[in-house]
Amino acid sequence: MPEAEYNATELMIINAARLLKDGDQVFVGVGIPNLACNLARRTHAPKLQMIYEAGVIGARPNRLPLSIGDPTLVSGALSVCSMFEVFSLYLQRGNIDVGFLGGAQIDQYGNINATVIGDYFHPKVRLPGSGGSMEIAAWANRCYIITPHQIRRFPARVDFHTSAGFLEGGDARAKTGVRGAGPQAVVTNLGILKPDANGELVLAALHPGCTYEQVQANTGWPLKQAEQLEYTAAPGAEELRILREELDPQRIYI
Amino acid sequence: MSKLTSLSEAIRQHVHDGDLVYAAGFTHLIPFAAGHEIIRQGIKDLILARATPDLIYDQMVAAGCARKVIFSYSGNPGVGSLKWLRDGIQNGSLEWEEYSHFGMISRLQAGASGLPFMPMRQTGALDLEKANPLYRRVQDPYGGEDVVVVPALHPDVAIVHVQRADSEGNAHIWGILGEQREAAFAAKRVILTAEEIVDEDIIRSDPNRTLIPSLVVSAVCHVPWCAHPSYTQGYYDRDNDFYLRWEEISKDEASVKAYLDEWVYGVKDRAEYLEKLGKETQERLKPGVRLSAPVNYGSY
Repeated sequence: MPEAEYNATELMIINAARLLKDGDQVFVGVGIPNLACNLARRTHAPKLQMIYEAGVIGARPNRLPLSIGDPTLVSGALSVCSMFEVFSLYLQRGNIDVGFLGGAQIDQYGNINATVIGDYFHPKVRLPGSGGSMEIAAWANRCYIITPHQIRRFPARVDFHTSAGFLEGGDARAKTGVRGAGPQAVVTNLGILKPDANGELVLAALHPGCTYEQVQANTGWPLKQAEQLEYTAAPGAEELRILREELDPQRIYI
Repeated sequence: MSKLTSLSEAIRQHVHDGDLVYAAGFTHLIPFAAGHEIIRQGIKDLILARATPDLIYDQMVAAGCARKVIFSYSGNPGVGSLKWLRDGIQNGSLEWEEYSHFGMISRLQAGASGLPFMPMRQTGALDLEKANPLYRRVQDPYGGEDVVVVPALHPDVAIVHVQRADSEGNAHIWGILGEQREAAFAAKRVILTAEEIVDEDIIRSDPNRTLIPSLVVSAVCHVPWCAHPSYTQGYYDRDNDFYLRWEEISKDEASVKAYLDEWVYGVKDRAEYLEKLGKETQERLKPGVRLSAPVNYGSY
């Protein structure tokens, strides 16, 4: 396949899409996760089903959704239920394979802070808060995080545990009894981090042209490398065509 | 018996200084017209509860209606933050109480079901549980692991927008259901606003779609375009342009004041707002038609 020009957002979306499996039930947000799911559906995962926290099951959006409760998610969907039902019957009950998470900070053990920078009661910067992420991180079978790789986003420890990764590492997460396996990959514009056996995020793959030194310079802890460091394939022409022509023709997110 | 009244009368009668208000709607059906009427009437010291405070509460906080917010996600999704809420929390002028989405709607579910609290499984993330003392843990009496519990929420008044209702308040809702039904059953008083008021026969033609029954409704108001700039499925689309514009408007006090003067204090009611909004915007937001297949309930 010939090398194509692409930007950082396209690179992250395409690599996130490749992590999804056919038949996955995915709890999805708008923006980049939504694009990754739709790309996967149009390529290797036609049976992937999108579930939105607003209570929409099996959405088939005709246009690019611009909000988490966009009416295009409803028209043509398989089912619509209340928010209490989507969080209890689908997520808490264990019917969700994949959850997508984001946040201002992600730490060495995949814990996420989307709540506050500084002290909770005297916040330096107040962020939006959990939304659905506290439960998604705990109860989805596997979670993926997509974020640009910047040092301020990857501190060794987060200021606030909005959602649980592997906590302090080791068996800390397993001891809490939560059903989900936790964050399985962090996709950035430089590469992919994955948890090792101890729950510590390590460099698992580099994108074309990126180096370990670059990733380390943007990560707030001494970053280990996986035993078998991989190199992701460059975004393919067809992946880019679907993204640009079919999914986000107005380039709102990409 | 008809409960039809004007929105201004319903707000006057049912929303008082210091009340805990739940204006329902997850992205969909957010009753902006009611928020604006509360601002016009100068009601103060409210506790404003919503999973996503959205622009409606940012505007109400900016207008000085609130002393406290209860929420689970306080952003302008895909755009930025809710500046007045965020600043109020950061500078200590606004009290707040925070949950995850599931914690927030579990409080309503408990309230709506007449239960004292609602159990949820543990999540491993302890910081919010520690920060908010209303999160507690309870031993599973059947021998499983401890569950996390949140107490029932009983708003003094819930405001719920719907597509259509009869004059007694039996309401059909379709599209994203959010927490409309739970808010209505949990609250002490319910103001129902509807795009259309229809005959009881229409409601009875499709009883599975009646999510809110008259028995929990205090007042019914006919308010077309009540939810703008949010949306009503099948009636008008979300005005995403306005959600982007609010990011600019909300940046400083003068532009917020100018907005409130023009679009809230400067109009008498939603009908005047709608006229001011203009035909062009209304046309832009009008969706195409996509009908569901009729079902046969059977004649017995």
